[in-house]
Amino acid sequence: MAASVDSWSWFTALAVGVSLLKCLFINAYHSTDFEVHRNWLAITHSLPVSRWYHENSSEWTLDYPPLFAWFELGLSQAAQHFDPNMLQVENLNYASPSTVLFQRLSVVFTDLLFIYAVKECCRCVQVQKGSVEVLNRPSFVLAVLLLWNFGLLLVDHIHFQYNGFLFGFLLLSMAKHLQSRHLQGALLFAILLNLKHIYLYVAPAYGVFLLRSYCFTKDHPDGSIRWSSFSPLRLLALGSIVSSVFALSFGPFVAMGQLSQVLSRLFPFKRGLCHAYWAPNVWALYNSADKLLAVLGVRLKLVKEAELPRASMTGGLVQEFQHAVLPSVSPAVTLICTLLSILPALLSIWRRPRGSRAFLRCLLICALASFMFGWHVHEKAILIAILPLSILAVESREDAGIFLVLTTTGHYSLFPLIFTPAELPIKVCLMLMFTVFSFSALGKLHRAQGSLLRPLEIVYLLGLVAVAIGCEFIFPLSPWQQKLPFLPLLVTSVYCALGVSYSFLRLYVTLLRSDSKAKQL
Amino acid sequence: MQTWSLVSISVLLAVVVRWSVSLNSYSGAGKPPMFGDYEAQRHWQEVTYNLPLQQWYFNTTDNDLNYWGLDYPPLTAYHSWLCAYVAKLINPEWVELHRSRGFESPAHKLFMRATVLVTDVLIYIPAVVLYSFFLTGGSTKKRVSVLLSILLYPGLILIDYGHFQYNGVSLGFALWGILALGLSWDMLGSIAFSLALNYKQMELYHALPFFCYLLGKCVKAGLLGRGFMLLGRIAVAVLVTFALCWLPFLADPSQALQVVRRIFPVARGLFEDKVANTWCSLNTLIKIRSILTGDSQLYLSLALTLLAALPSSIRVLMKPTFWHFKLALVNSSLAFFLFSYQVHEKSILLAALPVCLLLNEFPFMSIWFLQASTFSMLPLFLKDGLLVPYTVTSVGYLFLTVYLLSALDESSEELGTYSKLFFFLPSKYLACIIRWKFYISIALMAVLSILSVALEPPTHLPDLFPVLASTTAFLQFLGTFLHFNIVQFNEPSKKNQKKNK
Repeated sequence: MAASVDSWSWFTALAVGVSLLKCLFINAYHSTDFEVHRNWLAITHSLPVSRWYHENSSEWTLDYPPLFAWFELGLSQAAQHFDPNMLQVENLNYASPSTVLFQRLSVVFTDLLFIYAVKECCRCVQVQKGSVEVLNRPSFVLAVLLLWNFGLLLVDHIHFQYNGFLFGFLLLSMAKHLQSRHLQGALLFAILLNLKHIYLYVAPAYGVFLLRSYCFTKDHPDGSIRWSSFSPLRLLALGSIVSSVFALSFGPFVAMGQLSQVLSRLFPFKRGLCHAYWAPNVWALYNSADKLLAVLGVRLKLVKEAELPRASMTGGLVQEFQHAVLPSVSPAVTLICTLLSILPALLSIWRRPRGSRAFLRCLLICALASFMFGWHVHEKAILIAILPLSILAVESREDAGIFLVLTTTGHYSLFPLIFTPAELPIKVCLMLMFTVFSFSALGKLHRAQGSLLRPLEIVYLLGLVAVAIGCEFIFPLSPWQQKLPFLPLLVTSVYCALGVSYSFLRLYVTLLRSDSKAKQL
Repeated sequence: MQTWSLVSISVLLAVVVRWSVSLNSYSGAGKPPMFGDYEAQRHWQEVTYNLPLQQWYFNTTDNDLNYWGLDYPPLTAYHSWLCAYVAKLINPEWVELHRSRGFESPAHKLFMRATVLVTDVLIYIPAVVLYSFFLTGGSTKKRVSVLLSILLYPGLILIDYGHFQYNGVSLGFALWGILALGLSWDMLGSIAFSLALNYKQMELYHALPFFCYLLGKCVKAGLLGRGFMLLGRIAVAVLVTFALCWLPFLADPSQALQVVRRIFPVARGLFEDKVANTWCSLNTLIKIRSILTGDSQLYLSLALTLLAALPSSIRVLMKPTFWHFKLALVNSSLAFFLFSYQVHEKSILLAALPVCLLLNEFPFMSIWFLQASTFSMLPLFLKDGLLVPYTVTSVGYLFLTVYLLSALDESSEELGTYSKLFFFLPSKYLACIIRWKFYISIALMAVLSILSVALEPPTHLPDLFPVLASTTAFLQFLGTFLHFNIVQFNEPSKKNQKKNK
C-alpha cells in the first residue's frame, strides 16, 4: 500500500470499512432492545422530565441513569425527521422501515466516539523498533481487535444496543490514564457511570488507583506509600469533578424528590440470580452443580422428588427461585463474594502501584470478578473484560494467551443472543474472521517467544468448536429439540464458564506475580 | 501475517457481505401475478422436478411457457432439478405442481438464498482465490488486495444475492476456463467454458475471444503438427461436453430445436426496458424501433456487433498471449453489450468479470468501469427495494479498491496509454485531468442516484431517471470500450508485458 510508515491511512480504511459493514446489518434481526430504545426515545421526547422515571405503559421502563435519558432526548430531535410516529409513547413495538433505519444509523454514528477512543488507545501502545510492515504492528493489531470486535458487532449492530458509544468513554478514559491525564480520565469515567451504571463494576479500581496514584504525589523508593505527599488539592479537584457530573445528572431528580424512584429503577433486585440464559459465570456452575446433585440425589434415593421446588431455573423465566440441594444465593451473598474477590487486586495497587498498566490490569480483574460473582449478570458484560484486555494482549505474550482463551470463549457465549436461522451464517463467519485474525496476528506479534497457548488450552478450545457444532447444527436437527430445548444453552453456559473462570484465575496470577516481583526489587 | 489467514479472512468477509445483502428483498417480492426472477427460479424447480424432461421446454397443459418458461440451456434445468430435490426433502409445498405458484415464506427465502451461497462457495469463490494467487503478480499483499477487490464487486453480489439469480455459476465456470487457459491447460479450460455456455447462453459474449485465443495458440504451434493435435483435442473436449449436457435432448431433434428456439428468442425486439447500450440510448434521439423493420434491426445489430468485436479478437488470434486474451474478453463482451440484440442490463456482469481480472494491471480504469456498471443497474435495484445495500456496497467498494490498489497514485503506469494519445500535454496535467474526470463522473453518478430516490419524475417524462442513468452509464461504457481497444492495440514493450502476464 502506498501509505508511508507514519501515516494513519490504514486506520481510516479500517474505520470506514467496519462502519459500512455495520450498515449492511440494518435489515438484520433485532431484539427487544430495539423496542426498549424506541420507547425511551418516545418517553424522553413526548413526556416532561418529571414523568420519565414514573412512566410504565410499556414493560421496558427507563432503567439507565439520567445522562443516558438526556442522550436519548438528543437523539429524538433527529428522530422526528425520520418518522415522528416512533416518538409516540403509545406506539408499542412500532418498527417502520424509517424507524429501523434511524435507530441503526444512530448506533453507527455514535460509534464514531468509539473509533476516536480506539485511535487514542492505539497511540498509547508501544511502537516497535524499526519500520515494521503495517500488518505486523501492535497498533494495527489493536485497532482491528477493537474496531472489528465480534462481540460489539453482534451485540450493537444486530442485537441492538449502544455499547460502542459507552465503550468509547471507557477506552478514552483508559487512554487518558495511560497518558497520565488523570483528571480527564476521571471526568470521562464519571460521565460513563452516569450513562450506564453497569460500569460500577470497575469503579473500585478507579477509586483506589486515583486515590493512591494521583492524590499521593510521591512514593518511597521501594514503591510504598508516602503519607506526607498527600495532596488535598488534587483530592479536591477529583472530588469536585466527579460530584459536579453526578449533580448535573441526578440534580434535577433530587430536586423533584424522585431520587428513590430513580434508584429503584436502576437497581431492580427483584430479578433472579441468573438471566434466562445463564451468563457463563460462577453461578452457572453453581446452578448446574445443584441440578446435578438434585438428579443424583433422586437417583440415589437421598432426596424425595416431591420435596424439590417446582420452578425450573432452566425454564427461561426470570424469577426468584430456590436452589434444590445447595444453599440459595441472595444478592447480599453475591456482593460479598464480589468484594472479597476484588480485594487482593485493590490491595495490590494500593500497596505497590506500578503505573497505569497495573491499573488497567486491576480494572480488568474488577470487571471479570463482577461478571463471575455478580447478581443477574448479562452475558454481554463479558465485553467489559475483553476490550481492555486487547490493549494488554498486544504488548505482552502471557496476556495474549489469556486473551485468546477469554475472547474466544466469551464471544462464543454470545451466540445464543442471536438465534434466528437467517443470521446464523453471519454470526459464524464474523466469529471465524475475528478468531482467525486474533490467533494469527497475536501469534505473529509474539512469535519470537514461543507458542501462545498451552496444550490444555488448545484442547479446551477444540472442545469449544465441538460444542459449537453440536449446539448450532446438530442439536436443532435432532429429536431432543422438543424434549430438552434448554440443553444447548445449558451446555454453552457451563462450558464457557469453565474457560472464563480459568482466564480469571490466570489474570489474577499475573497481577499477584508482578506484585511479588516488585516486592523483591 | 500468514497468507492463509489473510485469504480466509477475505473469503469470510465476502461471505458475510453476500449473506447480509441477501437479508434484503428479492425481485418480485409480494408482487402477483407475475412476481420476478425469484419466482422464475422457483417455478423452474417445480417444472423440472414434477414434469418429464420432454415437457420442460414445451408448451403443454402442465407447463405454461408464458409464465416464466425455461429459457436457459439444459445445465440450468438440471441445477433447478437438483435444488428441487433438496427442496422436496425440506418442504414439499415449495415445489408442488401448480399449487406452489407464487409461494413466498421466510423459510423458503432462506432456502433459495442458501442455494445461491452454496453454488458461489463451490464454484465462483475458489476460482477467484486461485486466479488471484496464480495469475496475479506482485507481493502477497497485492494478491490479497486483488482477491478482495474481485470478491467484493457489488454488481454481482447485488444481482445474485439481492435481485436473485445464479450468475455465480456461469461466471464461475467461465473464470475456471480463463484460469485454466492462463495455466496452459487448454482442454480443461475449454471444458469449463463449455459448461459455462451450457448454463447461460449469454456466455456467448465471451465465446469469440476463447475461440480466437485457442485457435491462435494452435496456429502458433503449427497447424500441421502439434497445433493440429491441440485443435483436435480441444474440439473433441468441447463436443463431448456439449453432447453430455444435451444428451437427453438429442434423442429427438425436435426437442433440441425447441430448446434452441427457447434460448434464442429472436421474436423479441431490439431492446426491452432501459438498458445502457447504443440502441436504447440512440432511441432517445431517433426512434429506431419504429424506423426499421424487425429483420433489419436484427441484421444491423449483428453487423455492428461483429464490427465492434472482431478487431480485438483478430488481434488475439495474431498474438495469442494471456494479456491479449484478457483484454479481448473485455472488448468482446463490451462490444456485444453495446450493440447486440435483446440485451438486458444484467448482461453488464459479463463485461464486469473480465474487467475484474484487469484490476491488477489497470486499477484506475477497472475501478471506474466497475462503479459505472453497478450504477447502471440502479433502476433495477430501486425496483427491488435494494437501495440500502446498493449504497453501502458501492460506496464501500469505491473506498476499498482505491485504497487497496492505490489507483489514484501519481506514479500509475496506466497513464502510458493516455500519454500516447495526448502527447502534447505534459503528464502532470494529464494525470490531473484524468483524476478530475473520474471525480466528476463519480459525483454525477452519486447525484443521479440521490435524485432517482429523492425526486418524483415529471408526469410527461415518467422514465426520466432510468433514461438519464442508462445514458450516463452508456457513455462510460463506450469510453471504456474505446480505451481498452486502444490499450490492446498499443501493447507495452516486451519487458512490461512479461511483468503484466
